[in-house]
Amino acid sequence: MVDYRIDRRSGVATYVQIVQQTKQALRLGLLEPGDKLPTAREVVEATAVNPNTVLKAYRELEREGLVEARRGLGTFVRRSLGAAPADSPLRAELEDWAARARAAGLEREDVAALFTAVLETHYPARTPDPAHPKTSQGDPS
Amino acid sequence: MTVPAIEADALGKRFGRRAAWALRDCSFRLPTGRVCAVVGPNGAGKSTLLAIAAGLLAPTDGTITVLGTDPASARPRVGFVDQDKPLYPQLTVDETLRMGADLNPGRWDADTARRIVAGGDLDPGKRIRALSGGQRTRVALALALAKRPELLLLDEPMADLDPLARHELMGVLMGQAAAHGTTIVMSSHVVAELEDSCDHLLLVGGGRVRLAGEIDDLLAAHTRVSAPAATDLAPHDVVESRTTGRQVSALIRPSGPLPGDWSTGAPSLEELVLSYLRNPEALTPADTLEAAV
Repeated sequence: MVDYRIDRRSGVATYVQIVQQTKQALRLGLLEPGDKLPTAREVVEATAVNPNTVLKAYRELEREGLVEARRGLGTFVRRSLGAAPADSPLRAELEDWAARARAAGLEREDVAALFTAVLETHYPARTPDPAHPKTSQGDPS
Repeated sequence: MTVPAIEADALGKRFGRRAAWALRDCSFRLPTGRVCAVVGPNGAGKSTLLAIAAGLLAPTDGTITVLGTDPASARPRVGFVDQDKPLYPQLTVDETLRMGADLNPGRWDADTARRIVAGGDLDPGKRIRALSGGQRTRVALALALAKRPELLLLDEPMADLDPLARHELMGVLMGQAAAHGTTIVMSSHVVAELEDSCDHLLLVGGGRVRLAGEIDDLLAAHTRVSAPAATDLAPHDVVESRTTGRQVSALIRPSGPLPGDWSTGAPSLEELVLSYLRNPEALTPADTLEAAV
């Protein structure tokens, strides 16, 4: 099950936060194919966000083929994301690397900067439009 | 097209023949199923507007329909919580809920009422007059929600509540909207309080409707720009502009593509609201008032 945490100061649209947190849960294996997402009612009672915001996030996830809505039953995970579940060998190697970086005296920020630099080299960023994050996502509604 | 929750046309209200207009020429249309924030400074006319929609005040001018009929006929299907949370002070919490059940035969949802009251750790035998402001708000909301209204009108509902109760009760309201499609209209002068919970905005200032519409649409229609000081911002509609040193910063409604050398950003809801309120002469976008045509 996934527990959404909405940060209203992040500057990221609320529905995007729900999409991102769902994807994060899929990447980490906290959500697997067949799992049920919380109902819109459950999410809004816990977070006090607008129900349409949750539905918009779920529609976006559905559009990306990650979940499917089954009438009267709820929204279910269709497929997982990424190949890096919490216990994969890649994670173990990264853990090992981080431990060595720490032993070598690197600060948290140093490690983050290094990791981001390597990430940028291997995964050139797609450039989203930072001006209107709400409208740049191809709103299906 | 489905029947709107509220439709106002040139609505006006003044208290006494020589008094100033509390509301003037208000036209808007609120579709059903929305959670609408009524925002504006103190004395803007928010409470007057809600009381008219609740059928407690008659308009001086113009017309209003609520759930497809006049406000008085719609009352059984409408829940209203006044700013002052009027309850009978000598009744206990339990007696108040029993009164709610008696006054709303056939509609009363006792489980909901009990659940909301239980969330506040309230002693059901306690008298209303002995409750704190926040506890009274909780009982008033329990009464309004247990009526299972199609339209819920709440005047400053969160003002007395501590942050914890505010979050919990806002969650209850959103759950109600999610489960039953209830249209909710709530007023506040604190925009940030409503930002995440509402999808529709009615901005009232000086007795008039300044902005009305889906919040996402309103935000998308406006852009924050900064450009060199001498820049002519025409033909775009300027809501607010300020020149500091060599730079002009403005909130505009673009009427076409913007020059590439302007730096642009999306406004927050609070920025949008404050810009309109600081500039009473700024034109209300025409599309907001489409319902008036």
